[in-house]
Amino acid sequence: MQLAKVVGDVVATRKDSTLHGMKLLVLQPIGADGSAAGRTLVAADAVGAGVGETVFFVRGKEASFPFYPVEAAVDAGIVGIVDSCDLIDGLN
Amino acid sequence: MILARVVGTVVATRKDPRLVSTKLLVARPMDPHGKSEGSYLVAVDTVDAGVGETVLIVSGSSARMASGMKDCPVDAAIVGIIDTVDVARGD
Repeated sequence: MQLAKVVGDVVATRKDSTLHGMKLLVLQPIGADGSAAGRTLVAADAVGAGVGETVFFVRGKEASFPFYPVEAAVDAGIVGIVDSCDLIDGLN
Repeated sequence: MILARVVGTVVATRKDPRLVSTKLLVARPMDPHGKSEGSYLVAVDTVDAGVGETVLIVSGSSARMASGMKDCPVDAAIVGIIDTVDVARGD
């Protein structure tokens, strides 16, 4: 899993039937210090996250597991909202 | 998934039998603000997208879960046509 900040949302009327009813959010992956790290992506939301929150997400086919038994056509999914993240100084 | 803009079409007569009658489009990944980034890719279209439209592309093995793509040799599928992208101010 990877940490990211939710920076926006996406609206798509015409989409794959397995994506109906799904919330799609724009994520900016972040590093340990909260700074942007890498390209933005669109992820399916499985936990009720919103814009501005820090979340962790999973990549690959595993992203569809929260929507089981629907085999959703997603390759990135938000699986947790971060409350706090503590790092030991000097090890990151 | 990534946002991308459809920039062209691909025609291939000789191809894997499981790709027969699929529509292949060339797409250029873009950021939420519409700026192109990265290299072009060929994606199979499952939602009747067209050149110039902004689309949602699913990559990797998940692309096979798109409608009608079961057991097809694809690693990128267009699964949505984007109406709007809202990005928080400052991001």
